[in-house]
Amino acid sequence: MTDTNTSAGGQAASEQEIRNEVRTWLEQNWDPNLSLLEWRKKLIDSGWGVPAWPKEWHGRGLTIGLGDAVDDELRKMGAVSVAKTGVRMLAAATILEHGTDMHKEKFLYQLLTGEDTWCQLFSEPGSGSDLAGLTTRADFDGENWILNGQKVWTTSAHHAKYGMVLARSNWDVPKHQGMTYFLIDMDQPGVEVRPLRQMNGHASFNEIFFTDAKIAPEFMVSKEGNGWKVAMTTLAHERRLADGIRSWGRGDKGTGRVYDEQKAEIATVMEPYKWYPQRAGRVDLLIERAKATGKYDDPTVRQAIAKVLIMAKAAEWTGRRVKAAHALGRQPGPEGSLGKLAGSQVARLAAQAHTLIAGADAMLTSEDGAMDGLISEILVSVPAESIAGGTDEIQRNIISERGLGMPKEPRTDVDRPFRDVPRNTVG
Amino acid sequence: MQYTFSDEQEEFRLIVRRFMDDKSPTTEVRELMATDQGYDKTVWKQLSQELGLPGIHIPEAYGGQGFGFIELCIVMEEMGRALLCAPFFSATALAATAIMSAGTEEQKLTLLPDIASGDTLAALAYNESSGHWDPASTALTATPTDDGYVLNGAKSFVVDGHVADLLIAVARTPGTSGVYGLSLFSLPGNSGGVKRRLLQSLDPTRKLAQIEFDNAPATLLGESDAGGTTLPHILDLAAVALASESVGGAQKMLESSIEYAQLRMQFGRLIGSFQAIKHKCADMFLEVELAKSAAYYAAAAAAEQAPDFPAAASLAKACASDTYMKAAQECIQIHGGIGFTWENDTHLYFKRAKSSEVFLGDPNYHRDQLVLRWEN
Repeated sequence: MTDTNTSAGGQAASEQEIRNEVRTWLEQNWDPNLSLLEWRKKLIDSGWGVPAWPKEWHGRGLTIGLGDAVDDELRKMGAVSVAKTGVRMLAAATILEHGTDMHKEKFLYQLLTGEDTWCQLFSEPGSGSDLAGLTTRADFDGENWILNGQKVWTTSAHHAKYGMVLARSNWDVPKHQGMTYFLIDMDQPGVEVRPLRQMNGHASFNEIFFTDAKIAPEFMVSKEGNGWKVAMTTLAHERRLADGIRSWGRGDKGTGRVYDEQKAEIATVMEPYKWYPQRAGRVDLLIERAKATGKYDDPTVRQAIAKVLIMAKAAEWTGRRVKAAHALGRQPGPEGSLGKLAGSQVARLAAQAHTLIAGADAMLTSEDGAMDGLISEILVSVPAESIAGGTDEIQRNIISERGLGMPKEPRTDVDRPFRDVPRNTVG
Repeated sequence: MQYTFSDEQEEFRLIVRRFMDDKSPTTEVRELMATDQGYDKTVWKQLSQELGLPGIHIPEAYGGQGFGFIELCIVMEEMGRALLCAPFFSATALAATAIMSAGTEEQKLTLLPDIASGDTLAALAYNESSGHWDPASTALTATPTDDGYVLNGAKSFVVDGHVADLLIAVARTPGTSGVYGLSLFSLPGNSGGVKRRLLQSLDPTRKLAQIEFDNAPATLLGESDAGGTTLPHILDLAAVALASESVGGAQKMLESSIEYAQLRMQFGRLIGSFQAIKHKCADMFLEVELAKSAAYYAAAAAAEQAPDFPAAASLAKACASDTYMKAAQECIQIHGGIGFTWENDTHLYFKRAKSSEVFLGDPNYHRDQLVLRWEN
């Protein structure tokens, strides 16, 4: 075993040395006129694409901090990075931690080039907040695992080549112990993908139906019954992904073939997220809209706007307060977990204020609606904010139990075989 | 912008908190609130001599400790948490701030050292029986005489006005209206022509007085007719100080709620294990943390003279007032029947929350101010 954070001379490489090294490499190799695929292959082979990954798997075994420094040098040079964004990075993190060498060999390279898109198959119609109550079944027929059931809220499934799927393989043990994690080939007869239309008219997600879908045993991750633990790795990376979506949407600026192809890739991947700003309430538009409509002179409208501003600014300052304390080396307190709950309330209050400002126009949508339908899109998208990524109610449980140390609610579903736990008939 | 406290400020907070824990248990609060005087002279002396709190934000040149507005707000927060009965808000946060903002150099040198030492209790006589918080509503008149001014009219809701040695009063030149012709004046609390009456306040821990002026001789504080300019800033600083105090009280209500929810058994389990209770606590926690952030931001904006300070002050006041009131209500609710008894301490905080909700402008007033000030 070699120490992955030391250079050839045995000394730990400093950030400046790393920066110099990558810059030199970029000066010699970066070429915006390559195809996106050609460039990425070059970058991956050099180890600068994912420097924080292990040396044997396309990286250089650097710390996360040094990895960020490398990315920074790429940005400075305007060089396009590997496809380390989107749901595929959840797959990568999970495979790196729990996968076999065959999994790493087969999946990681094409994942980084951007050739393979991935999807996450966890949520089901019958288990939303209670993910561990899922009922998609995996049965071993002596040759393959056979999958039957239904998944939902799957982003990008319609163009995904592979999926991470969590299914129940043992019904005779408590719920958390009977799940197994698989990597599934989406391109097979037993997998049907249907777009799921939301109340705001967009279809950003899919429903997936498994009817005797096949998974060869070597595509099980970790071991049978260990699926929950593996899924936790995937979910731990999900929050970071959500943070990354916003910054990634911009892409790199420049001219050349590689930029054009990256632009097309971003357009495809970002498509499902285009209504997300509206989902958060578009606080930024309130005062401008109130002035444009003359409603600014109405004190009841000003009250509604003020309520949004108070909640939004106080939430923003809370985030900064947490970061500032962290920068001083203080232990993070439970206030770090409040952002999501605050965001839901901001979104609701903002939708209320936008309604007051729009007046009768709030009854119209699309081209007839205010701002060509942008305002109506806010009104019919906000309800997702308090559900997606963990409902407000689950957030409150987490905050009160883990943050405030309050006692847990007694449970009746974890101390018996899953077979005996009351559950939905759907799915 | 300073978003969190320095290690020194955190250390200072702990010192103040220890003092409050020691000197202001609710048994003490209950004794003092039943008196007309409303505070304990021995504790006030200790607080002045041992910690120098009355001069906390007064510059050293005027006999103070020379700390800033952030430290003042830390003191307010800790006093709010302990519900300390003492004339700190009136003398230091209100009156001294007014003198620092409006007084001449000579007046600061004369008036501030005795406030900083705790020897002089000062009060800001601003509001009147109309109950409006806008400076333009001032009706008290100040008529020039050969050797100064005489005040005529009345002030109300003057915090600790009944015990103040020094009154800072806002008055207008006769015949003026709006924010024009407003000035600040100083006069001893026991001057001839000054009649004071202790009002029966809903919040017995915060004493309010009505003061009548009948040709009461007074000295102009700072420049004549400058009130329209100096008052909004003085009131904004006062609002942030009160918001800080409210945040301390709200935090106490949250802690009290969580503590009780983990003691009280019903239906064979702790009530804190019911989502109906724990979700309430999670919401309280969210609101209290948001209110803290708002108050801390506003205090930092004041200290750094940030252009968005006026908006931040109104934001903090509206947010903290609502949060304290709601936290006190929920604390009573979580305690159930016992929360409505006199013996339980929650009502002491509830009443402070109520008086603080209204004092210096209620949440509706400040929300409106917030929007109007947003881009200016």
